[in-house]
Parts: sequence; C-alpha cells; structure tokens
Amino acid sequence: MSLRENSLLLEVENLYVRYRKYWYTLHVLNGVSMSLRRGERVGLIGESGSGKTTLLKSILRILPPNGEIVGGRINYNGREITSLSEKELSHIRRREIGMIFQDPMAALNPVFKVKDQLYDILRYKLGEEGSKSGNRVLRDRALELLSDVKLPDPERVLNSYPFQLSGGMRQRVMIAMALASANSLLLADEPTTNLDVTIQDQILKLIHKLVIEKNLGIILVSHALGMVNRMTDRVYVLYAGDVMEAANTSEIMNNPRHPYTQLLISSTPRLSSVGVGEGIKGKLPDYRFPTPGCRFAPRCPYAMQKCFAAKPGVTRLNNNHLVACYLYE
Amino acid sequence: MSSEKALDTPNILDVSGLKKYFATPQGIVRAVDDISFTVHRGETLALVGESGSGKTTTGHVIMGLYPPDGGKIIYKGKYDLSTPVRSRPLEIRRDIQIVFQDPGTSLNPKRTVKDIVSLPLRIHHIADHGSIYEKVAELLDYVGLGPEYMFKYPHELGGGEKQLVALARALAPRPSFMILDESTSALDVSSQAKVLNTLLKIQRELSLTYLLITHDLGVVRNISSRVMIMYLGKIYEEAPTERFFSSPLHPYTQMLLSSIPTLSEEDEKVKPKGVESVGEIPSAVNPPSGCRFHTRCPFAKPICSQQEPPDVVVRDGHIVRCWLYE
Amino acid sequence: MSGDQVSGIAFKDLERSIRRENWKRIWYRFKRSRLSIVGLSMVATLLLAAIFADFVAPYPHHAGLYIGFKDAYKPPSLEHLLGTDMYGRDVLSRVIFGLRYAFFLISIVLSLVVPTGVMLGLIAGYYRGTWVETVIIRLSDIFISLPPLVLALSIASILEPNVFNAMLAVSLMWWPWYVRLTHSMTVSLRNEPFVLAAELQGASVIHILLRELLPIELGTILTKVTLDAGWVILIGAAISFVGLGAQPPTPDLGTMVSEYSKYLPDYWWMTLGPASGIVLMILAFNLLGDGIRDVFAGE
Repeated sequence: MSLRENSLLLEVENLYVRYRKYWYTLHVLNGVSMSLRRGERVGLIGESGSGKTTLLKSILRILPPNGEIVGGRINYNGREITSLSEKELSHIRRREIGMIFQDPMAALNPVFKVKDQLYDILRYKLGEEGSKSGNRVLRDRALELLSDVKLPDPERVLNSYPFQLSGGMRQRVMIAMALASANSLLLADEPTTNLDVTIQDQILKLIHKLVIEKNLGIILVSHALGMVNRMTDRVYVLYAGDVMEAANTSEIMNNPRHPYTQLLISSTPRLSSVGVGEGIKGKLPDYRFPTPGCRFAPRCPYAMQKCFAAKPGVTRLNNNHLVACYLYE
Repeated sequence: MSSEKALDTPNILDVSGLKKYFATPQGIVRAVDDISFTVHRGETLALVGESGSGKTTTGHVIMGLYPPDGGKIIYKGKYDLSTPVRSRPLEIRRDIQIVFQDPGTSLNPKRTVKDIVSLPLRIHHIADHGSIYEKVAELLDYVGLGPEYMFKYPHELGGGEKQLVALARALAPRPSFMILDESTSALDVSSQAKVLNTLLKIQRELSLTYLLITHDLGVVRNISSRVMIMYLGKIYEEAPTERFFSSPLHPYTQMLLSSIPTLSEEDEKVKPKGVESVGEIPSAVNPPSGCRFHTRCPFAKPICSQQEPPDVVVRDGHIVRCWLYE
Repeated sequence: MSGDQVSGIAFKDLERSIRRENWKRIWYRFKRSRLSIVGLSMVATLLLAAIFADFVAPYPHHAGLYIGFKDAYKPPSLEHLLGTDMYGRDVLSRVIFGLRYAFFLISIVLSLVVPTGVMLGLIAGYYRGTWVETVIIRLSDIFISLPPLVLALSIASILEPNVFNAMLAVSLMWWPWYVRLTHSMTVSLRNEPFVLAAELQGASVIHILLRELLPIELGTILTKVTLDAGWVILIGAAISFVGLGAQPPTPDLGTMVSEYSKYLPDYWWMTLGPASGIVLMILAFNLLGDGIRDVFAGE
C-alpha cells in the first residue's frame, strides 16, 4: 500500500460563488474550505439553500450560466479545476468523478433510451477496449450495473425511455450511471430521497462496497442525518455559504459544538425518544446582502454583540474538530 | 382489521373491506386489497408503507379522488364516503381536508398566498370580501407565519413555508379530519420539525384527527398514537406506537425498522436485529400468493405461500397478520 | 408588523407596493434584450402614427378618394417622401392610414379569436377524455386541416369583398390554433396537485379554468398573440391583394400593393410604400413577441 492511496484528492480553498439574478447578485458561498483524501467519506449537511448543491456543482464546474466562481480555488488531484480546459474537464466528468443529482432527470436525457446512455458511459469507462468491444460486452456490463442497484427486470429498464420509468427507478439508473463513471470521487446529492427505506438500505450497502473496492472518495450531501451518520467518516456543516463546523462523524452526531449543528441534530426525530425538536426559528439570510458577522447570528440562541460585528475565526478543538464560533474562541 | 362501533362517540372513520384496483397496460394493479381499520377521534393514526403498499391510494380514496371498488367507508358513524368528492355534501367536504406531499406543486405558482388560502373561505362563505385579509392573517398566524406572507408567491417561499401555507389552506374550512399525505417527506430537518410542531399544536387547539400517511418511521415515532403497516395492498400489523417500536412482530415491520439509518447509539438499539432487508417489492399486478411478503421473509413457512395469514390479536390493540403467531 | 397594527388598509398598501415590485421584475426581464425594446418602440410608434394619422400624415386628405393628376407619378422627394401614386396621392400618407386598417384588423381578429379559442381550449383540456373534448378538438381539427390561405380565400370569395368579411375569414382560420395551444397546456396542468386541491375545496369549474389554469398559460398565449399579429397582417394583406378585402380607394396596405404593383417596375416607389409598411409591422410585432417570450421564458 503506497502513500498515494490516501493522498489528498480534493481541496477546496476559500471558495466564493455567486449567482446573478435580475439586477442583483446572490452571494451563495463565502469562503468555503474543505478537503478530502482518496477513499475518504465526507458528509455535507445543512438546511436546504445553504449552498451544498452549489458547492458540488462548483467542483464539477457545472454551475448554471448565471453562477460563477469569483474567488478561491478548487484543487483536484493537485490540479486546479478552475484552470482546466473543457476537454480536460470533460474527461474528468466522464472517467473520474461521478455525480448523483437530487433530480434524476438532471442526469437522464429524455430522448434516449437508458441503454444508449449507459453504453455511452461504459464505452468511456472501458477506454480503448471499450471501442473495440461489441455491444455484447456493454450489454452484459450494463445489466450487471442495473441489477446491482436492485432494479427489478433490468432488461426492460435498459430498453426503456426515462419517462417510462418511475421516479425511484430513474433514481437508481442515475446511481448506476454515477457509480459506473466514478473512479476516484463520487459526489452524491440526496442520492436516495425517493427510494423506499429497504431499497435505500441495500443501495447504501452497494455504495459502501464500491467505495471500498475502488477506494473512492465520496462527498455525501443530505438532510437525512441518519444516512450521513452511517455513510461518512467526517462531516462539514454548511450554513448560508459558510462552514460552521467540521469534525469526525461520530463527534458531530454525539458532541456537536456549534449551535447550528446542535439545533440540526436535535430537530431530527428519533426512534428512541419521543418529542419533536423545535426546529430552528427564522430562515436563511438574504443572500443579496452579505453581512460582516456570523451568518447564523440572527437565529442563534447564544448570539452576542460580537457575533454580528465580525465573523469568528476557526477554532481547533481536540483531534480534527473545527468550529467557527465565538463560544469557543 | 378490526372494526368497532362505540355507541356514544362514533369513530371518525370506519373502513371495512376496502378495495381499489387500477387497470394498467401491464394488468390490474391491486393497490388496496381488502383492508379494514378504524380511526378514533382525536388520534393520529400513521399508515406506513413503502412504494406500492397502497397507503397513498387509501388516503386518496378516503379523500374521494376516486370511488372504491369494494368495501365501505363510514365517516363519523353516518356518512358514506364511497362517493367521489364532487358528489359529497358540502359539510363533509369542509370537514375532511388533505395536505399533499410536494409543496412545489400543491400551490399554484401564479397565485399569491392570500389567493390560495382564501379560496376555501370564499367557497364556503366563511369570510366575505371585507374580512378576507383578517381571516387569512389569522390562519397564517395559526401556522406560525406572519401576515406579510399573504402577498408572496410560492416561489418566494421555502419548502417548509409552502407546506405551512398548504396547511393553512387546509385549516381554512375548519375541518375535523385531516389526511397528511407524506406532508413532511420533502422537507429538510428544520422545516420538518416546524411543520410537525405546528401540526401537534393545532391538533390540540382545534381537536383534529390525523391520518398520517408516510414512510418515515422517525416521524411516526414522534407524533402518532397508533401505527398500521401496509405491504402490497394489505395491512400486516397494527399497534399503538410505543408497542410498534418496542416489540415489532411482523417480519416486514422488523425489516423496515432495521433498515433505518440512525443518528445515535440509543436509536440503534431500538432497531430489531436479525432481519436484513433483501429483495425488492414485487409487482402489484401479480402479487405473491398467500402472505404477500413471503418472497422476502426469512421466516417463511410452506403455509405462507398457500394461504393468507389470519389476524392474530396479540394484545389489546396489537394485531399481527402472520402465520408465525398463529 | 404585529397583529394589532394590522388592518385592511395597511394590507392594501403592502399589496400595492409588492405588485409594483413584480412589474419592475417583468420590465427588467423584458429590457434585457435590446431587440425587444426596439420591437416595443416600433409597435408603439406605428400605433401612435395610426391613431393620430390625421395629424401625422402630411396629406391626410389623400387617404381616400382624391384626384390631383398634376402631381401624379412623382418619384420620392422632399414634399412627398414616398412619392405619389397614379391619382397624385401622397403614398406616405396613404401608408400611414393603411396602418390604421392593419391595427384595426389585428384588434378585431384577435379579440374575436383569442377569447373564444382560449376558452374552448381550456374546456377541452379540462374535460379531457370526455365527449366535450372530442367535439371541440375535432371541430378545430376540421379548420386546421384546410390550408389557411385557401380557407381564408374561399370564405372571402363567398362573401361580399370588404374589410369586415376579410376579418371574418382570417378569424375563422385562426381560432383553432388557440384551441390547440390552450388545450395542450391545460392537459398537462390539469392533474397537478394544486388543481386537485382547488377541486377538493369545491371550486367551480369556471374558477379553476380562469383563476387557476389561465394565469399560468397566459404567458405563452400572450407571446403567441403578439407574434400572430404580424401574421394576421400578412394574411389580411394577401386577401386584400387578390381583391377580396378592402376595396379601393380604401388605403389598406394589401390593396395598395395590389393596385400599385401593376405599375412596376417604372413607378417602383408606389409599391415600396405599402410593402414596407407591411414588413415594418411584421418585424415590429415579431421583435416585440420575442421580448414577451423572454419575459415568460424563465417561468
């Protein structure tokens, strides 16, 4: 086992992303930093609208036309993503990084059958042998992929158009496609929302197996904290474009330090105790007007004067646990 | 599974032998296949199941979106709900309301919150032109939204807020019975908590009865009083919530519970051991014979594929439909 | 904003200010494309010219019957920017009055066609799967299946040739397209949860069609109306061209092209006038239509 196995795969440094809308600008990410080693499983949690999907899309450089990276860097395998050409990016998207989107139709082309889309990916995957190998090899491999994600009747699915499949099936097809194209990194944005719990369980096991087999790094974005707990080793907590806390998963779940994280955890309904959490009062701040202070201050039960004045720095608590909060400075 | 008729306080809902089939190109889908249950006044009954279980269809039939193909649904001891919604008397239509799953599509994107919430007020003549603003503000206040929300469009609201608006709309006609069709499934943890808290609060204040249709057992654990689990159109277990989680009897229930990813050690301990999730849900067009779960059941016996299991009353209120407990 | 301070009056103010903000957004989207501003200005200019033709045209009395042979066949000059025709009438003035007829045509045709077509389309879409839908769609299919110009000309030739009958002919060939458009949009929206919610609440069919479905479809319909305006003019001009529409000496653009084209190529400026008028109108509405489409595209 060489040291390269656990080399730094992805490093996001101080990323700033904004969207242009009508006559105003939305400042969505304000200096986000995170890193990931090969084979490491990282979770990204936070409310809807915190910027998690934007972060993933920035990594693959698939932001919508009105979005742009205006600061910071993203290093993938030692190369800066922001400086790569479309051709190199295309190679990375097809052969190295796979993404599972929240909406399956984002990844599936409605006018092509599933088999065409799957073969397309497999041909790239198999590289040189891919172009030589006939449809037979591709078909076998495709069927294998589809049954891996527990699709009943993979033959039928292969020959269907996306609109002929149910939402859950489309999601599984998309997962199969992402798993096929991911070689070093898997980005998963709410990968199992529409799936039944029993199917979700099996798919998570599959993803886990592949992550180990291929030594894939994975960034898992989800509201389902239970799933994040199960599938990740480390978690970043994102709020309104800022990282609030970062620690090992068990630390985050059992010993959350940042008030936001604490509220998120306590709002999750448990199987063991009865009583619904309070939720977090207020809403996400208006992205049009970035404030100098901590973004969470208006909703924070422990907010002090200085929280509104300037953003807290990052405090390193013991072993790997980072918090951005004046309570710990 | 059991139907009771108390003499002085009629149940909100008595369902017996309910069936609903759909004709599809692949064949006849037996979405709901002979189920019976009651909903008691003031309770929150959770109807749990995965896709293809028939739970959503059950809710839709009760709501009157389509008529059942068999069985009876009696509301408050006297009204027959096997008619489609348009032919029901207006008092019934006011009294039973539904909150749908997807906040993105259950509100008309081109209408303001005020227009949306005031529609039932105008239809049922609860408020006239002059007092509409006040009434809408009152309803919004009930669900924890300020009056300034009145003039917003759905796309300006977050998912949780949209569901609260949908809830306000459902409350406008002052119903007694609400069907919550996966109402929090599309929300993030914080919005979900707010919506759930609101539901609990108003249930007390307005004496509401809830039928909670969901697949999220965490939510079930925390707000329902009784749970029923459905699989491929049939009910396989029914119990008060506490018992449902502390001693789940049916293998499917156990499989479901063991698949839930948990947040903490305590939660992990609650999960039953020894039953792992396997297989997929079979097609509803050709459901397995006998007990429909036998194809995936680790404890299946020969009789399971031959005959449908009977109802076994394990304890007061806890009923299981499984040959293991005969 | 606390509950105590809230009153009906305060609400109305808030509502008004929010509506203003919404219009601001629509305007912003519209003006992002410069061409649509051009389109809007062109349409506005042409419309104003048409309305105030009496004041804008240099020789308003030349519009109808006028004979001044000493000025006939004059090429474009400072006194007659587009020259004069065979009766000595100022071509430019006639074209400006011709715009009036063009706008008249558009307004009458579209105000007949759009409300009926949209209404029928809504009904057909809402009652999908029933005989109501079948009847309406088949009826509109009959009209659609005939080549439009042929249809318009046949109708116009049966009736007495004049402006009103030309409008009738154009209307009859145009209405099915609105039925089609609205019908297909309604069908795709009809089973959305918010429609279902309204039905469950007990809303009347009229309410659902006009207050729930129509507002969503309005953007597409409006775009089509604007783009259609240009086509209506063209078809109207074609009908007039073959002599079935407005009769001379009425200064209808198509009629003028028809009359004046006999004098090509020697007295080319005569035809150029009304033809440019037609082209400008179509161009203006097309550009405007693009702009309107952009406003609603993001929705």
